[in-house]
Amino acid sequence: MKADPRGVLTGVHFIDGDHACCEGALAAGARFSAGYPITPSTEIVERFASRVPTVGGTFIQMEDELAASITLQGAVWGGAKAFTVTSGPGFSLMMEHIGYAAMTETPCVFVDVQRGGPSTGLPTLPAQADMMQARWGSHGDYETIALCPNSPQECFDLTIKAFNLAEEFRVPVMFMMDEVVGHMTEKVVIPPADQIEVVPRRHTRKSVEDYLPYETNGDQVPEMAHAGEGYKFHVTGLTHDERGYPNMTPPVQDKLVRRLQSKIRDAADRIALIEEEQLEGADVVVVSYGITSRVAQRAIEAAREQGLRVGKLRLITAWPFPEKKIRELAAKVKAFVVPELNLGQMVREVERAAAGRAKTFAVSHAGGGVHNPQDILKVIVEASR
Amino acid sequence: MSDSLIPNVLSNDVGNPVEPFLRSDRMPHIWCPGCGIGTTVNSFARALIESKIDLQSLALVSGIGCTGRVAGYVKLDSFHTTHGRAIPFATGLKLANPKLNVVVYSGDGDLSAIGGNHLIHAARRNIDLKVICVNNLIYAMTGGQTAPTTPDDSITSTNPYGVFDPSFNLPHLVEAAGAVYVARWTTFHVRQLARSISEAFKKKGFSFIEVISPCPTLYQRRNKLGDGLDAMKYYKEKSKVRHGAPTSEVGLTMTGEIVVGKFVDRDRPDYQTLMRAQFAESLGERFVEQAEMVCS
Repeated sequence: MKADPRGVLTGVHFIDGDHACCEGALAAGARFSAGYPITPSTEIVERFASRVPTVGGTFIQMEDELAASITLQGAVWGGAKAFTVTSGPGFSLMMEHIGYAAMTETPCVFVDVQRGGPSTGLPTLPAQADMMQARWGSHGDYETIALCPNSPQECFDLTIKAFNLAEEFRVPVMFMMDEVVGHMTEKVVIPPADQIEVVPRRHTRKSVEDYLPYETNGDQVPEMAHAGEGYKFHVTGLTHDERGYPNMTPPVQDKLVRRLQSKIRDAADRIALIEEEQLEGADVVVVSYGITSRVAQRAIEAAREQGLRVGKLRLITAWPFPEKKIRELAAKVKAFVVPELNLGQMVREVERAAAGRAKTFAVSHAGGGVHNPQDILKVIVEASR
Repeated sequence: MSDSLIPNVLSNDVGNPVEPFLRSDRMPHIWCPGCGIGTTVNSFARALIESKIDLQSLALVSGIGCTGRVAGYVKLDSFHTTHGRAIPFATGLKLANPKLNVVVYSGDGDLSAIGGNHLIHAARRNIDLKVICVNNLIYAMTGGQTAPTTPDDSITSTNPYGVFDPSFNLPHLVEAAGAVYVARWTTFHVRQLARSISEAFKKKGFSFIEVISPCPTLYQRRNKLGDGLDAMKYYKEKSKVRHGAPTSEVGLTMTGEIVVGKFVDRDRPDYQTLMRAQFAESLGERFVEQAEMVCS
């Protein structure tokens, strides 16, 4: 379906990534957000708080991130599209509720504008050190989807994508920005509402008598009902059967948890988005994401000027990881170079997918700034030998 | 409450008048013999009959613990959330769909320890929620550890030499935080409890009903306070109805008097009323009332 025009600020804007993310959420149909202030993400909810009463929705500032991350899920079961916004320390506090959303299959979006950590770390400076937390942060086995914008324009476009994926798969989607992308001001083009595709809720059409909240019909994603519609359904974070009733037995656990995993894994090739450039005939492929992909671009171009055959692979989707693509490339290239603003997170995935067929070089940075392109270039040169 | 309701329901060939409100296919429940939680559910169901509330518009949210399991047994839209977070979940549900009547049904540990921050802030905001807090004075599900409500000198598994840290007086806490309706009963007071729940349904704003309830398996056994029946005798003998009692004077002890009654019944605009008024004043015609949020 097309976006509700009330939430779409069609036009050409000069705004930062945080504000663009907010506009993306509104365009996607988000009419509810619960938040707690934290640098460098707060501008997103500040803008939402200002905009949403004019489009028919609600923002509530909660007492902490624990509250924010579950209040939004109450709103989802009340019928809203909802999200919350945070940064590292808050993201840590939200982990239990990311697991709750995964277990109860509550479609929602968690935006994490990454800053330096651990702990309070570098509140105003960038990092990309929550990438593994986005995948593995909550306890138990589950799958999430994580997107990594590298510009304000993508903060707008991919936020819509994040909401659409959340609705399609009924999962919490992690929107992994970083401080630089969040505070970078660039041109953002917001198209007319009728050019924005929005995925509606997978609302059941079944009658009250026929509806089972966690019954799947072939595609592994159950249909939802909302409170107040007469379905009288039950939702629990306990292991549950198709009726939504607690059933804490190994067979029910196995069936449920495997489905939560496979509904994403089976669609991974379709979900995993990358941007590629000159991969054909490349000796070295630079794998990067977020702000680092823009710094790496300069290093890649400098390497090409030296006559090196360097390809670029940008992760737009970090999770599910584009494993197949890396595996295929590993058979053809000498090495992967993986710069990131952490001491080695996504590089582990590249290394795992390459499985020894190509070398993997990390270009780590502890955060607080971006790489010097020369540091990436040096590693590209070394990897090309 | 009107006794005539019971024969009316019985005439429809229903074995137990509260059965239509329960998920019979989930019985037997997990609660121990002598536990009071089931008794509170009975009063809750009778309040639903009495107040003739539209069940389709009623949602029930629980946290984690013995009382947290109530959500699983009631035939309503029901949410068994995470530990301590029933109130913020219910807040989101209510704000997204203001037509819903949202009940939070949970235990003392869930609501006042891990969820204590949410309890006071929801009362401060005056979110239109009906909170039923079953207070069994202990963490029961996990085996009898000290709760913020456990009275002084009680023996618990984590205070084997006796509790020495002062306990919360929950009515006093929520009144200070801003609740518009505060009552306390015990599981001996089944009719009074049902009446209080019915009254809370008529209030707009944050209502809090504390129900003192026995835990024979853990609290009473460890403290040599007898079984469920002994608890009823204690509640009967030591409860004193004092409507309007200053909440500062209703703190609980292990074997002393239990002050019960309706302590607070006042009016204060609720969160959504204040929000709409603020936006209407500040934004004028630019303010767009929240439509049905259902996004299908």
